[in-house]
Amino acid sequence: MKMKTLAAMAIGATMAAAPAMAELVIPDLSYRTGPYAAGGTPFSDGYQDYFNLLNARDGGIGGEAVRIVECETGYNTEKGVECYESTKGEGALIYQPLSTGITYQLIPKATADEIPIHTMGYGRTSAANGEVFNWVFNYPANYWDAASVAVNYLLDENGGSLDGKKIALVYHNSAYGKEPIRTLEALSEMHGFTLSQLAVDHPGQEQKSQWLQIRRERPDYVLMWGWGVMNQVAVQEAANINFPMENFIGNWWAGAEHDVTPAGAAANGYKSLNMNRVVDYPVLEEIKAQVHEAGNAAGDGSNVGKVLYVRGMYAAMLAAEAIAKAQEIHGVSDVTPAMVRDGMEALEITNARMAELGMEGIGPEFSVSCQDHGGAGQGLVQQWNASAGTWEPLTDFITPDDSVIAPLVAEDSAAFASESNITPGCL
Amino acid sequence: MLYREAGDFKTSYHADNQTFPIKFDRIGFWITLAIAFLVIPFVINDYWANAIFVPFLIYAIAAIGLNILTGYCGQVSLGTGGFMAVGAYACYKLMTAFPDVSIVIHIILAGGITAAVGAAFGLPSLRIKGFYLAVATLAAQFFLVWLFNKVSWFYNYSASGQINAPERFVAGVAVTGPNTAPWAQYMICLVFLTVCALIARNLTRGTVGRSWMAIRDMDIAAEIIGVNPLKAKLTAFAVSSFFVGISGALFFSVYLGAVEVGEAFGIQKSFLVLFMIIIGGLGSIFGCFAGAAFLVLLPVALKVLGVDVLGWPTDLVAHLNLVIVGSLIMFFLIKEPHGLAQLWRLAKEKLRLWPFPY
Repeated sequence: MKMKTLAAMAIGATMAAAPAMAELVIPDLSYRTGPYAAGGTPFSDGYQDYFNLLNARDGGIGGEAVRIVECETGYNTEKGVECYESTKGEGALIYQPLSTGITYQLIPKATADEIPIHTMGYGRTSAANGEVFNWVFNYPANYWDAASVAVNYLLDENGGSLDGKKIALVYHNSAYGKEPIRTLEALSEMHGFTLSQLAVDHPGQEQKSQWLQIRRERPDYVLMWGWGVMNQVAVQEAANINFPMENFIGNWWAGAEHDVTPAGAAANGYKSLNMNRVVDYPVLEEIKAQVHEAGNAAGDGSNVGKVLYVRGMYAAMLAAEAIAKAQEIHGVSDVTPAMVRDGMEALEITNARMAELGMEGIGPEFSVSCQDHGGAGQGLVQQWNASAGTWEPLTDFITPDDSVIAPLVAEDSAAFASESNITPGCL
Repeated sequence: MLYREAGDFKTSYHADNQTFPIKFDRIGFWITLAIAFLVIPFVINDYWANAIFVPFLIYAIAAIGLNILTGYCGQVSLGTGGFMAVGAYACYKLMTAFPDVSIVIHIILAGGITAAVGAAFGLPSLRIKGFYLAVATLAAQFFLVWLFNKVSWFYNYSASGQINAPERFVAGVAVTGPNTAPWAQYMICLVFLTVCALIARNLTRGTVGRSWMAIRDMDIAAEIIGVNPLKAKLTAFAVSSFFVGISGALFFSVYLGAVEVGEAFGIQKSFLVLFMIIIGGLGSIFGCFAGAAFLVLLPVALKVLGVDVLGWPTDLVAHLNLVIVGSLIMFFLIKEPHGLAQLWRLAKEKLRLWPFPY
């Protein structure tokens, strides 16, 4: 009797563990706890809500339901590895870890396991070279694009010359924050501005000395590569030393509502980059009607329409489009990770398609190829209006300077290829 | 019943002084080793290796290291994370500078380098004690992390400041890099842990270990009976750092493959290892294993139970994990300062007398 129950339980367990065949498994390596939760939560909400919308509205992608497997990483690389190992067995199609540290960890592992990674606007910049990084994609833009977009914007502001200007970079002292330094150094040589670097240690609550130095040096502009609690503190500190907010520009991970609201009216005029335009898209109404009213909202449902929510939704849209593309190429609806990779490599996002999806103009038009996994690289500049409580886009999408970035990408990816014995080539 | 000691006679000093004087324990020890070496490698998969066994084995080495310093010699250290970083970066520099030398030698050398650094940071322990020493080691923690972030020579001038473990082989089998089989990862950590634990256990049973314990129990009395505090404290720092360095090297090269110093070896890591030895048991090698197993398994077990079985939100489970670990530490500090090892010791005493306690 007892043996029978045990045997039945064992059979039940193996059946539960075996991947159910007719499902598209999308892992969501989110972080809703820790010092970076303020950014991780809305992103994850948007990511999940969009897939839930596809399930509710279209019955999934190409007739296959999407199953989201959420795993909490806390922005911690060890937990990220644990999450990767526990979700990959379920048949995960695509990973979006939303952490540069975890991305570095997963690049070799996922390449060996042949599962694509999409790091939208973060991760390893040189992964834009698809011949070396066959399984890693970072379209539509990366950090070096962001650095170049910011400098191009400043060039525009200053009549085409930054000669003799002083720019300070306040960065998170990690792989994430260090990424743009190489590009900014190249750009400073090219345009004749001086660059000073100010590192802020994890988690970024302590920035008194950095801002004291800024007060002493009086740079013309401050750029910031921040994330999590660091952004709020930096905006507050800038307000404390009366640094002119319109000369303070964050990158696209330092420009969400929760970064500026704690400083109140003092944050008015703070600028940041963005890779996705934030306006009232029709798709947000659909999410509210079909996902939230049905009680399937991820999280508490309070983040709809926020900057990072829209970005999470944008990331989910790009993944869904890639899966649809893969289904089209291979003629099957139940795709494998390798097929999804083919879909990502053949992805083409047009204005017409974005309008059709109810998110017209959310990002730039771009297409991916085997050589170029990086997309258009464009970003826009937005400004915080504290009294209205909204981010207002100041510019259209600005194109980065590829003549600076392309050689850097080639150099860094060649170094990686020789380090890991990779012969560059298409799959 | 379990412990049948009847007939288990000792006829020589050697037999009386062995590590496991009770026959039942000896059998248990050999069975554990046999399962660890002969069964698990054949059934292990990626998930079990990366989520449970490899981190457990590596943290157990770190816990042994810290336990020698704190549990046996009584010197509180909050610099474990920093010393693990020394091991990791030493291993990385050696791996990239001498690619033809075996990784095993690199890991041992990384331990040696960490021992030297640890002994240097142990020098203040001759003058300061208790909280003040803890603060000095805390300074080591922050200084080392800052150093590895600041000086780009340590990470070979890479753009991101990350270090990546290249592929290395032991007897033709990859043990680092992405194509490592889970059993290979497991085996190299297991071999290192077994050797480290045997060395540590025997050190603590000998002259060196006794001088450490004399210093721990009362340093002035120890000095009066002829224990040299300089030698005892510095050897404790060196041996402890050697083990911590080995664990750092394995942590970077075998387990994670890519690390960033502030994130992987921050103050959090020092506290984690300290909690392991507090919960496991200060001054006990078994306690290192128990503590490491407990703190590695608890989050995974809670996650499986909360998220996969009960379907709770992931953030709720992550917060619960913090609450539970925190309350367990308080519980152990109040109810059982000697940790899981002491619980096991008491249970064993009871089992030896059961069913006829007197």
